[in-house]
Amino acid sequence: MRTCLVVDDSSVIRKVARRIIEDMEFSIVEAEDGEQALGHCVESMPDVVLLDWNMPVMDGLMFLQELRTLPGGEAPQVIFCTTENDVGQIARAMRAGANEYIMKPFDRDIIESKFSQTGLI
Amino acid sequence: MNSATFAYLSDFIKDRSGLVLSEEKQYLVETRLLPVARKHDITNLDALATALRTPFSGDLATDVIEAMTTNETFFFRDMTPFDNLKETVLPALMKSRTSGRLRIWCAAASSGQEPYSIAIVLKELGAKAAGFTFDIIGTDLSMEVLERAKAATYSQFEVQRGLPVNLLLKYFSQNGDTWQVNQDIRSMVQFRPLNLLRDFSALGVFDIVFCRNVLIYFDRETKTDVLARLAKQMTPDGFLVLGAAETVVGITEAFRPMAGKRGLYQNSLTPAATPREHLKLSVG
Repeated sequence: MRTCLVVDDSSVIRKVARRIIEDMEFSIVEAEDGEQALGHCVESMPDVVLLDWNMPVMDGLMFLQELRTLPGGEAPQVIFCTTENDVGQIARAMRAGANEYIMKPFDRDIIESKFSQTGLI
Repeated sequence: MNSATFAYLSDFIKDRSGLVLSEEKQYLVETRLLPVARKHDITNLDALATALRTPFSGDLATDVIEAMTTNETFFFRDMTPFDNLKETVLPALMKSRTSGRLRIWCAAASSGQEPYSIAIVLKELGAKAAGFTFDIIGTDLSMEVLERAKAATYSQFEVQRGLPVNLLLKYFSQNGDTWQVNQDIRSMVQFRPLNLLRDFSALGVFDIVFCRNVLIYFDRETKTDVLARLAKQMTPDGFLVLGAAETVVGITEAFRPMAGKRGLYQNSLTPAATPREHLKLSVG
Protein backbone atom coordinates (compact mmCIF):
# COMPACT_ATOMS: atom_id res chain seq x y z
CA MET A 1 0.00 0.00 0.00
CA ARG A 2 1.25 3.49 -0.82
CA THR A 3 1.98 5.94 1.97
CA CYS A 4 0.84 9.50 2.56
CA LEU A 5 2.63 11.67 5.09
CA VAL A 6 0.19 14.21 6.56
CA VAL A 7 2.06 17.18 8.04
CA ASP A 8 -0.01 19.64 10.06
CA ASP A 9 0.23 21.06 13.57
CA SER A 10 -3.55 20.69 13.98
CA SER A 11 -4.57 17.22 15.15
CA VAL A 12 -8.10 17.91 13.86
CA ILE A 13 -6.85 18.58 10.32
CA ARG A 14 -4.65 15.47 10.46
CA LYS A 15 -7.61 13.39 11.55
CA VAL A 16 -9.92 14.74 8.81
CA ALA A 17 -7.23 14.30 6.14
CA ARG A 18 -6.44 10.77 7.38
CA ARG A 19 -10.10 9.75 7.08
CA ILE A 20 -10.34 11.01 3.47
CA ILE A 21 -6.97 9.71 2.27
CA GLU A 22 -7.32 6.28 3.90
CA ASP A 23 -10.49 5.84 1.83
CA MET A 24 -8.27 6.24 -1.27
CA GLU A 25 -6.25 3.24 -0.03
CA PHE A 26 -3.18 5.02 1.28
CA SER A 27 -1.59 4.21 4.63
CA ILE A 28 -1.09 7.36 6.69
CA VAL A 29 1.91 8.62 8.64
CA GLU A 30 1.43 11.81 10.65
CA ALA A 31 3.82 14.59 11.63
CA GLU A 32 3.06 17.81 13.48
CA ASP A 33 5.90 19.93 12.10
CA GLY A 34 8.46 19.98 9.29
CA GLU A 35 11.32 18.59 11.38
CA GLN A 36 9.32 15.57 12.50
CA ALA A 37 8.20 15.09 8.87
CA LEU A 38 11.82 15.13 7.62
CA GLY A 39 12.67 12.43 10.17
CA HIS A 40 9.91 10.23 8.73
CA CYS A 41 11.19 10.85 5.18
CA VAL A 42 14.78 9.89 6.09
CA GLU A 43 13.44 6.68 7.60
CA SER A 44 11.08 5.86 4.74
CA MET A 45 10.19 8.07 1.77
CA PRO A 46 6.41 8.45 1.39
CA ASP A 47 4.62 8.47 -2.00
CA VAL A 48 2.86 11.74 -1.24
CA VAL A 49 3.07 14.51 1.36
CA LEU A 50 0.06 16.63 2.34
CA LEU A 51 1.78 19.68 3.76
CA ASP A 52 0.69 22.62 5.92
CA TRP A 53 2.64 25.88 5.58
CA ASN A 54 2.62 27.54 9.00
CA MET A 55 3.90 25.18 11.66
CA PRO A 56 6.19 25.55 14.69
CA VAL A 57 9.84 24.33 14.66
CA MET A 58 10.06 24.02 10.84
CA ASP A 59 7.45 25.40 8.41
CA GLY A 60 6.18 23.68 5.28
CA LEU A 61 8.26 25.65 2.79
CA MET A 62 11.51 24.92 4.62
CA PHE A 63 10.55 21.24 4.91
CA LEU A 64 9.92 21.11 1.15
CA GLN A 65 13.29 22.67 0.35
CA GLU A 66 15.06 20.21 2.68
CA LEU A 67 13.07 17.25 1.35
CA ARG A 68 14.07 17.91 -2.25
CA THR A 69 17.78 17.73 -1.28
CA LEU A 70 17.43 14.30 0.37
CA PRO A 71 18.36 11.14 -1.58
CA GLY A 72 15.07 10.08 -3.21
CA GLY A 73 13.49 13.33 -1.99
CA GLU A 74 12.51 14.39 -5.50
CA ALA A 75 10.12 11.45 -5.78
CA PRO A 76 7.20 12.22 -3.43
CA GLN A 77 4.33 14.28 -4.77
CA VAL A 78 3.99 17.26 -2.43
CA ILE A 79 0.58 18.86 -2.08
CA PHE A 80 0.46 22.00 0.04
CA CYS A 81 -2.68 22.26 2.16
CA THR A 82 -2.77 25.62 3.88
CA THR A 83 -4.76 28.73 4.77
CA GLU A 84 -2.18 30.75 2.80
CA ASN A 85 -4.30 31.54 -0.29
CA ASP A 86 -2.53 34.49 -1.86
CA VAL A 87 -1.51 34.02 -5.46
CA GLY A 88 2.05 35.09 -4.65
CA GLN A 89 2.38 32.45 -1.94
CA ILE A 90 0.95 29.75 -4.20
CA ALA A 91 3.47 30.65 -6.90
CA ARG A 92 6.28 30.60 -4.32
CA ALA A 93 5.31 27.11 -3.16
CA MET A 94 5.20 25.83 -6.73
CA ARG A 95 8.64 27.32 -7.48
CA ALA A 96 9.98 25.57 -4.37
CA GLY A 97 8.97 22.21 -5.81
CA ALA A 98 5.36 21.61 -4.75
CA ASN A 99 3.27 19.56 -7.18
CA GLU A 100 -0.18 20.83 -6.20
CA TYR A 101 -1.79 23.28 -3.82
CA ILE A 102 -4.92 23.17 -1.68
CA MET A 103 -6.33 26.29 -0.07
CA LYS A 104 -8.05 25.50 3.23
CA PRO A 105 -10.82 24.83 4.00
CA PHE A 106 -10.88 21.66 1.90
CA ASP A 107 -13.33 18.84 1.41
CA ARG A 108 -13.21 15.28 0.11
CA ASP A 109 -13.79 16.39 -3.52
CA ILE A 110 -10.83 18.76 -3.46
CA ILE A 111 -8.43 16.21 -1.95
CA GLU A 112 -9.54 13.57 -4.47
CA SER A 113 -9.26 16.06 -7.31
CA LYS A 114 -5.68 17.00 -6.38
CA PHE A 115 -4.63 13.38 -5.89
CA SER A 116 -6.09 12.61 -9.31
CA GLN A 117 -4.31 15.53 -11.00
CA THR A 118 -0.97 14.40 -9.64
CA GLY A 119 -1.57 10.87 -10.91
CA LEU A 120 -1.88 9.37 -7.44
CA ILE A 121 -5.34 7.90 -8.09
CA MET B 1 -46.86 16.87 -1.32
CA ASN B 2 -49.78 14.74 -2.43
CA SER B 3 -49.57 12.40 -5.42
CA ALA B 4 -51.65 14.69 -7.63
CA THR B 5 -49.20 17.54 -6.95
CA PHE B 6 -46.21 15.35 -7.81
CA ALA B 7 -47.94 14.21 -11.02
CA TYR B 8 -48.71 17.81 -11.99
CA LEU B 9 -45.20 19.08 -11.19
CA SER B 10 -43.46 16.23 -13.01
CA ASP B 11 -45.65 16.81 -16.13
CA PHE B 12 -45.03 20.56 -15.93
CA ILE B 13 -41.25 20.08 -15.63
CA LYS B 14 -41.07 17.48 -18.41
CA ASP B 15 -43.09 19.70 -20.74
CA ARG B 16 -40.84 22.72 -20.17
CA SER B 17 -37.42 21.09 -19.87
CA GLY B 18 -37.62 17.46 -20.97
CA LEU B 19 -36.53 16.35 -17.50
CA VAL B 20 -38.21 13.06 -16.64
CA LEU B 21 -38.95 12.55 -12.93
CA SER B 22 -39.95 9.08 -11.75
CA GLU B 23 -41.77 8.51 -8.42
CA GLU B 24 -38.51 7.86 -6.57
CA LYS B 25 -37.35 11.39 -7.45
CA GLN B 26 -40.01 12.89 -5.18
CA TYR B 27 -37.29 13.79 -2.65
CA LEU B 28 -35.43 15.71 -5.37
CA VAL B 29 -38.53 17.74 -6.21
CA GLU B 30 -39.04 18.56 -2.53
CA THR B 31 -35.37 19.48 -1.95
CA ARG B 32 -35.19 21.73 -5.00
CA LEU B 33 -38.65 23.32 -4.95
CA LEU B 34 -39.26 24.07 -1.26
CA PRO B 35 -36.72 26.95 -1.40
CA VAL B 36 -38.52 28.25 -4.52
CA ALA B 37 -41.86 28.08 -2.67
CA ARG B 38 -40.37 30.00 0.27
CA LYS B 39 -38.96 32.65 -2.06
CA HIS B 40 -42.44 33.25 -3.48
CA ASP B 41 -44.14 33.18 -0.03
CA ILE B 42 -45.88 29.91 -0.82
CA THR B 43 -46.39 27.58 2.13
CA ASN B 44 -45.92 24.17 0.52
CA LEU B 45 -45.59 22.32 -2.79
CA ASP B 46 -49.33 21.66 -3.11
CA ALA B 47 -49.87 25.43 -3.01
CA LEU B 48 -46.96 25.91 -5.40
CA ALA B 49 -48.62 23.58 -7.95
CA THR B 50 -51.85 25.57 -7.60
CA ALA B 51 -49.95 28.82 -8.15
CA LEU B 52 -48.31 27.42 -11.30
CA ARG B 53 -51.77 26.73 -12.77
CA THR B 54 -52.75 30.41 -12.54
CA PRO B 55 -52.07 32.93 -15.31
CA PHE B 56 -49.11 35.28 -14.73
CA SER B 57 -47.04 32.53 -13.07
CA GLY B 58 -44.11 33.30 -15.38
CA ASP B 59 -41.45 34.15 -12.77
CA LEU B 60 -42.48 31.24 -10.59
CA ALA B 61 -42.41 28.87 -13.58
CA THR B 62 -38.93 30.08 -14.52
CA ASP B 63 -37.67 29.60 -10.96
CA VAL B 64 -39.16 26.08 -10.81
CA ILE B 65 -37.50 25.01 -14.07
CA GLU B 66 -34.17 26.59 -13.11
CA ALA B 67 -34.20 24.93 -9.68
CA MET B 68 -34.91 21.51 -11.18
CA THR B 69 -32.41 21.67 -14.04
CA THR B 70 -29.40 23.31 -12.40
CA ASN B 71 -26.66 20.87 -11.52
CA GLU B 72 -23.33 21.29 -9.83
CA THR B 73 -20.38 21.17 -12.15
CA PHE B 74 -16.66 21.81 -11.97
CA PHE B 75 -13.63 22.56 -14.10
CA PHE B 76 -12.32 19.64 -16.20
CA ARG B 77 -15.11 17.45 -14.85
CA ASP B 78 -14.25 13.75 -15.36
CA MET B 79 -11.04 14.74 -17.25
CA THR B 80 -11.46 12.05 -19.97
CA PRO B 81 -13.57 14.25 -22.30
CA PHE B 82 -10.88 16.93 -22.20
CA ASP B 83 -8.11 14.37 -22.83
CA ASN B 84 -10.17 13.08 -25.77
CA LEU B 85 -10.58 16.64 -27.04
CA LYS B 86 -6.84 17.29 -26.85
CA GLU B 87 -5.56 13.91 -28.05
CA THR B 88 -8.17 12.75 -30.58
CA VAL B 89 -10.76 15.33 -31.61
CA LEU B 90 -8.64 18.41 -32.23
CA PRO B 91 -5.78 16.56 -33.99
CA ALA B 92 -8.30 14.88 -36.32
CA LEU B 93 -10.13 18.10 -37.19
CA MET B 94 -6.95 20.15 -37.51
CA LYS B 95 -5.44 17.51 -39.77
CA SER B 96 -8.41 17.45 -42.12
CA ARG B 97 -8.96 21.23 -42.20
CA THR B 98 -5.34 22.53 -41.94
CA SER B 99 -6.71 26.04 -41.12
CA GLY B 100 -9.91 27.97 -40.48
CA ARG B 101 -12.60 28.28 -37.85
CA LEU B 102 -13.67 25.47 -35.52
CA ARG B 103 -17.02 25.91 -33.77
CA ILE B 104 -17.66 24.21 -30.43
CA TRP B 105 -21.01 24.05 -28.63
CA CYS B 106 -21.47 23.30 -24.94
CA ALA B 107 -25.13 22.41 -24.81
CA ALA B 108 -25.36 22.38 -21.01
CA ALA B 109 -22.91 25.10 -20.09
CA SER B 110 -24.33 25.61 -16.59
CA SER B 111 -22.18 28.11 -14.67
CA GLY B 112 -19.45 28.06 -17.32
CA GLN B 113 -16.85 25.64 -16.00
CA GLU B 114 -17.08 23.33 -19.03
CA PRO B 115 -16.76 25.96 -21.81
CA TYR B 116 -13.95 27.70 -19.94
CA SER B 117 -12.17 24.36 -19.48
CA ILE B 118 -12.43 23.83 -23.25
CA ALA B 119 -11.10 27.35 -23.87
CA ILE B 120 -8.12 26.59 -21.61
CA VAL B 121 -7.40 23.35 -23.51
CA LEU B 122 -7.43 25.35 -26.77
CA LYS B 123 -5.23 28.09 -25.34
CA GLU B 124 -2.74 25.49 -24.09
CA LEU B 125 -2.33 24.24 -27.68
CA GLY B 126 -0.40 27.44 -28.37
CA ALA B 127 1.48 27.32 -31.64
CA LYS B 128 -0.01 23.93 -32.52
CA ALA B 129 -3.28 25.73 -33.22
CA ALA B 130 -1.68 28.31 -35.55
CA GLY B 131 -4.01 29.12 -38.44
CA PHE B 132 -7.14 28.19 -36.50
CA THR B 133 -9.70 30.30 -34.71
CA PHE B 134 -12.16 28.86 -32.22
CA ASP B 135 -15.72 29.84 -31.36
CA ILE B 136 -17.18 28.37 -28.20
CA ILE B 137 -20.91 28.79 -27.60
CA GLY B 138 -22.26 27.86 -24.18
CA THR B 139 -26.01 27.42 -23.83
CA ASP B 140 -28.23 26.51 -20.91
CA LEU B 141 -31.89 26.54 -20.02
CA SER B 142 -31.26 28.57 -16.89
CA MET B 143 -30.73 32.33 -17.19
CA GLU B 144 -29.47 32.41 -13.62
CA VAL B 145 -26.54 30.06 -14.24
CA LEU B 146 -25.73 31.84 -17.50
CA GLU B 147 -25.37 35.11 -15.61
CA ARG B 148 -22.90 33.34 -13.31
CA ALA B 149 -21.12 31.91 -16.34
CA LYS B 150 -20.74 35.35 -17.92
CA ALA B 151 -19.41 36.79 -14.66
CA ALA B 152 -16.82 33.97 -14.68
CA THR B 153 -16.17 34.44 -10.97
CA TYR B 154 -15.78 31.35 -8.82
CA SER B 155 -15.30 30.57 -5.16
CA GLN B 156 -12.12 29.08 -3.73
CA PHE B 157 -13.94 25.73 -3.48
CA GLU B 158 -15.02 25.83 -7.13
CA VAL B 159 -11.58 26.57 -8.55
CA GLN B 160 -10.05 23.71 -6.60
CA ARG B 161 -12.38 21.00 -7.88
CA GLY B 162 -10.77 19.68 -11.03
CA LEU B 163 -8.58 22.65 -11.92
CA PRO B 164 -4.81 22.07 -11.60
CA VAL B 165 -3.12 24.88 -9.67
CA ASN B 166 -0.77 25.76 -12.54
CA LEU B 167 -3.81 26.53 -14.74
CA LEU B 168 -5.39 28.51 -11.90
CA LEU B 169 -2.29 30.70 -11.69
CA LYS B 170 -2.09 31.06 -15.46
CA TYR B 171 -5.70 31.79 -16.42
CA PHE B 172 -7.40 33.31 -13.34
CA SER B 173 -7.09 36.52 -11.33
CA GLN B 174 -7.57 36.52 -7.59
CA ASN B 175 -9.98 38.96 -6.01
CA GLY B 176 -10.08 38.29 -2.27
CA ASP B 177 -11.61 34.85 -1.79
CA THR B 178 -12.88 34.61 -5.37
CA TRP B 179 -11.15 33.96 -8.65
CA GLN B 180 -12.15 35.32 -12.05
CA VAL B 181 -11.33 33.75 -15.41
CA ASN B 182 -9.01 36.09 -17.29
CA GLN B 183 -10.33 38.15 -20.19
CA ASP B 184 -8.34 36.26 -22.86
CA ILE B 185 -10.22 33.06 -21.93
CA ARG B 186 -13.57 34.78 -21.32
CA SER B 187 -13.47 36.36 -24.75
CA MET B 188 -13.33 32.91 -26.39
CA VAL B 189 -16.77 31.95 -25.05
CA GLN B 190 -20.27 33.32 -25.76
CA PHE B 191 -23.29 32.36 -23.69
CA ARG B 192 -26.92 32.15 -24.80
CA PRO B 193 -30.13 30.82 -23.21
CA LEU B 194 -31.46 27.77 -25.01
CA ASN B 195 -33.93 24.95 -24.43
CA LEU B 196 -32.80 21.76 -26.18
CA LEU B 197 -36.45 20.76 -26.65
CA ARG B 198 -36.95 23.72 -28.98
CA ASP B 199 -35.50 24.37 -32.43
CA PHE B 200 -31.79 25.22 -32.19
CA SER B 201 -30.95 25.42 -35.88
CA ALA B 202 -30.32 29.19 -35.58
CA LEU B 203 -27.09 28.43 -33.66
CA GLY B 204 -25.51 27.25 -36.90
CA VAL B 205 -23.26 24.27 -37.58
CA PHE B 206 -20.65 22.94 -35.15
CA ASP B 207 -17.53 20.79 -35.42
CA ILE B 208 -17.67 19.64 -31.80
CA VAL B 209 -20.66 19.37 -29.48
CA PHE B 210 -20.35 18.75 -25.74
CA CYS B 211 -23.74 17.55 -24.49
CA ARG B 212 -22.82 15.92 -21.22
CA ASN B 213 -25.13 14.73 -18.47
CA VAL B 214 -28.24 16.13 -20.14
CA LEU B 215 -29.66 13.20 -22.08
CA ILE B 216 -29.82 11.04 -18.93
CA TYR B 217 -32.72 13.19 -17.73
CA PHE B 218 -34.74 12.76 -20.95
CA ASP B 219 -37.04 9.92 -21.97
CA ARG B 220 -36.07 7.78 -24.94
CA GLU B 221 -38.24 9.63 -27.43
CA THR B 222 -36.78 13.00 -26.43
CA LYS B 223 -33.21 11.63 -26.58
CA THR B 224 -33.78 10.35 -30.12
CA ASP B 225 -35.26 13.69 -31.19
CA VAL B 226 -32.47 15.79 -29.64
CA LEU B 227 -29.71 13.58 -31.07
CA ALA B 228 -31.26 13.66 -34.55
CA ARG B 229 -31.41 17.45 -34.47
CA LEU B 230 -27.87 17.65 -33.05
CA ALA B 231 -26.58 15.58 -35.96
CA LYS B 232 -28.11 18.08 -38.39
CA GLN B 233 -26.23 20.93 -36.69
CA MET B 234 -22.86 19.20 -37.03
CA THR B 235 -20.30 18.97 -39.79
CA PRO B 236 -20.02 15.54 -41.45
CA ASP B 237 -16.72 14.95 -39.63
CA GLY B 238 -17.99 16.41 -36.36
CA PHE B 239 -17.56 14.93 -32.89
CA LEU B 240 -20.15 14.56 -30.14
CA VAL B 241 -19.09 14.31 -26.49
CA LEU B 242 -21.57 12.75 -24.05
CA GLY B 243 -21.37 12.06 -20.32
CA ALA B 244 -19.79 8.82 -19.07
CA ALA B 245 -23.22 7.38 -18.19
CA GLU B 246 -24.78 8.25 -21.55
CA THR B 247 -24.80 6.50 -24.91
CA VAL B 248 -26.32 6.76 -28.38
CA VAL B 249 -26.35 2.99 -28.82
CA GLY B 250 -29.88 1.73 -29.36
CA ILE B 251 -31.21 5.30 -29.49
CA THR B 252 -30.03 6.72 -32.80
CA GLU B 253 -28.00 5.79 -35.87
CA ALA B 254 -26.94 9.43 -36.33
CA PHE B 255 -23.74 8.95 -34.31
CA ARG B 256 -21.20 6.17 -34.04
CA PRO B 257 -19.21 5.40 -30.84
CA MET B 258 -15.44 5.71 -31.25
CA ALA B 259 -13.68 2.51 -30.23
CA GLY B 260 -11.77 2.84 -26.96
CA LYS B 261 -12.93 6.44 -26.41
CA ARG B 262 -15.62 6.45 -23.78
CA GLY B 263 -18.25 9.13 -24.29
CA LEU B 264 -16.91 10.17 -27.70
CA TYR B 265 -19.01 9.78 -30.87
CA GLN B 266 -18.57 10.68 -34.50
CA ASN B 267 -21.20 11.85 -36.88
CA SER B 268 -22.24 8.74 -38.85
CA LEU B 269 -21.52 10.63 -42.05
CA THR B 270 -17.77 10.33 -41.21
CA PRO B 271 -16.08 7.32 -42.81
CA ALA B 272 -14.83 5.00 -40.05
CA ALA B 273 -11.06 5.32 -39.51
CA THR B 274 -8.98 2.19 -39.17
CA PRO B 275 -7.29 1.63 -35.77
CA ARG B 276 -3.94 2.46 -37.42
CA GLU B 277 -5.27 5.84 -38.57
CA HIS B 278 -6.49 6.62 -35.04
CA LEU B 279 -2.99 5.95 -33.71
CA LYS B 280 -1.54 8.56 -36.05
CA LEU B 281 -3.74 11.30 -34.61
CA SER B 282 -1.94 13.22 -31.94
CA VAL B 283 -1.25 16.90 -31.38
CA GLY B 284 2.26 17.80 -32.41
